[in-house]
Amino acid sequence: MSGTYLGMPSFPKAAREAVHNETLRGNLRHATHTIRDKRAKAVAELADWAQLREAGKQIKDRTLRHLDEYLVQLEESVTAAGGTVHWAADGDEANRIVAGLVKATGEREVVKVKSMATQEIGLNEALEAEGIAAYETDLAELIVQLGEDRPSHILVPAIHRNRGEIREIFARTMSEWGRPAPEGLTDSPAELAEAARLHLREKFLRAKVGISGANFMVAETGTLVVVESEGNGRMCLTLPETLISVVGIEKIVPTWQDLEVFLQTLPRSSTAERMNPYTSTWTGTTDADGPQDFHLVLLDNGRTATLADEVGRQALRCIRCSACLNVCPVYERAGGHAYGSVYPGPIGAILSPQLRGTESEIDASLPYASSLCGACYDVCPVAIDIPEVLVHLRERVAGQGGRGHRLEKAAMKAAGWVLNHPAALAAGERAASRTRGLHPKRLPGAAAWTDSRDLPELPPEPFRDWWKKNRT
Amino acid sequence: MSSRDQILARVRAAVADAPEAPEVTRDYLTTHTADDPAAVLDLLHENLADYRALVHRTRPGGLPALLARLLAGRGATTVLAPPGLPAEWLAGSTATLTADTPASTAQELDAVDSVVTGCAVAIAETGTLVLDGGAGQGRRRITLVPDHHICVVRAPAQVVASVPQALPRLDPARPLTWISGPSATSDIELDRVEGVHGPRTLEVVLVEE
Ligand code: SF4
Repeated sequence: MSGTYLGMPSFPKAAREAVHNETLRGNLRHATHTIRDKRAKAVAELADWAQLREAGKQIKDRTLRHLDEYLVQLEESVTAAGGTVHWAADGDEANRIVAGLVKATGEREVVKVKSMATQEIGLNEALEAEGIAAYETDLAELIVQLGEDRPSHILVPAIHRNRGEIREIFARTMSEWGRPAPEGLTDSPAELAEAARLHLREKFLRAKVGISGANFMVAETGTLVVVESEGNGRMCLTLPETLISVVGIEKIVPTWQDLEVFLQTLPRSSTAERMNPYTSTWTGTTDADGPQDFHLVLLDNGRTATLADEVGRQALRCIRCSACLNVCPVYERAGGHAYGSVYPGPIGAILSPQLRGTESEIDASLPYASSLCGACYDVCPVAIDIPEVLVHLRERVAGQGGRGHRLEKAAMKAAGWVLNHPAALAAGERAASRTRGLHPKRLPGAAAWTDSRDLPELPPEPFRDWWKKNRT
Repeated sequence: MSSRDQILARVRAAVADAPEAPEVTRDYLTTHTADDPAAVLDLLHENLADYRALVHRTRPGGLPALLARLLAGRGATTVLAPPGLPAEWLAGSTATLTADTPASTAQELDAVDSVVTGCAVAIAETGTLVLDGGAGQGRRRITLVPDHHICVVRAPAQVVASVPQALPRLDPARPLTWISGPSATSDIELDRVEGVHGPRTLEVVLVEE
């Protein structure tokens, strides 16, 4: 049902189209500004935010440094708790494993919790090819799926749709997939949510197989954690008889205590709440409570290649909060689809080219889909220096054949931004060229790995200052 | 080579030259709130209400009457009581009690008007209730499928100030459900709408013992 990313045009081309879509830009602008203002307040409530951020970064760095040990420990704890662990080197293998597990239950449909990992590997399409219907149950994912559309934001995938469009999609398509939308459905959010509730409840109550991702996996206990708002996650995690979770290998935290950091920083960074409405944790299976058959599929799919890059590996710290999207001036104008990947915005610009390599047109253009203003780094709860990785990846792309500068200009122009801000363009170019000079091809190991703050600050202040004074 | 061995080998090769990562510095706060049970309870009340839970306070003696009033106010004719819920809590209610059994289907739960449970721990700074499936809390599904959930919190015994104070009191081997306000979505133009899937109404009774 949902679209595919294959054959996506490069960022400049896709962004140029998006910038001309007035509705999309209006929806995006409203959404990103609302969330980022709320986020700033939620973060300001915690006096120790800087310490929590640093601890989150250190926990992730330590996990990545010893990922092999933590993976083995996790496998042992999940197995001891009654689960089964599978390993998937790439998306195809993960899809094969999941399809096989679903078929073994004799079922032909599954309910799904919103999950970036399963989108990344195109699981829904793979299941469809095997004759298995995968129903997205997050409201926004449902809107995207019914609209035969692609998600455009990590957290609010239907951010590009307004209420009128959603009403139209529900009225037109719900009947094709189950319970139809009520007669006379209006575009009030409450009515739209009610229509989704009725449509999906029918599916939840009969579902025998649930598929999820996870926000965290605790190595020492084998516990998986899913953070959500609506309760569709709880439905999928507790009502079916079989639960299959597909999770990237970087989602491990070593200890139960480590959750105290991320359960404080993730909700405030993503939905700007003190805590999201629902968090579920489960450890293997529990007698008579929830699925009696639990499978964990550990997914590599480019993560080990990312881990091998001294500068780029910090992208694996990402907890998918989406704060960086909401502050990004380029994302705000270009929209999520222009990034041609399930990971849009600043994190997408550094993660996708690393997971997939920089050979394709779209992946080669992504490191240029940025103004290097640094706002993404400022808000990131695990302190990923996205500008640093962008500059690093630009070097890699430029090394492939000198199209770097052209791409940079094209990306900025397409985002319809610097054309109105010549000063920003000049400053941005200065920043980019200066920082490029500061980064040798191989960084001295210790500093790069353990504390990116030991590296020279970048991009240089003039542009960040300009941006702070002039941010829209 | 199996995918398992292949992935582990790739990980080892990827970090072979990486220097040791330091121990984690935990100099963040373990609480953001003064150590005063009354203030912590007030904060819990405030934050629960801020996330649109309906909050009530009572003394232990007043609990049965309050629960009876809340259930009657909803017009609840059936109420689910998980195993281990003190019988006297619901002694004042005229609603028909239904027990949750492993054989109860999701459809049966869907037909229940209200569910009353206790909790394992409540977190004041975030306005969060944590259920761990222990006595009086039941399986995860019973606080999910019915549309009305009343959760009883015993203060000060079950109340902590912060997330770092809550985790050590919880057993990761049990399935946990953290609840902060009723089910909500902001997926339509970021307008908050309560209850897409979980209970649309969450009532919390703080019992000051
Ligand atoms: S890069 Fe940082 S800010 Fe962006 S989604 Fe990941 S954790 Fe959040």
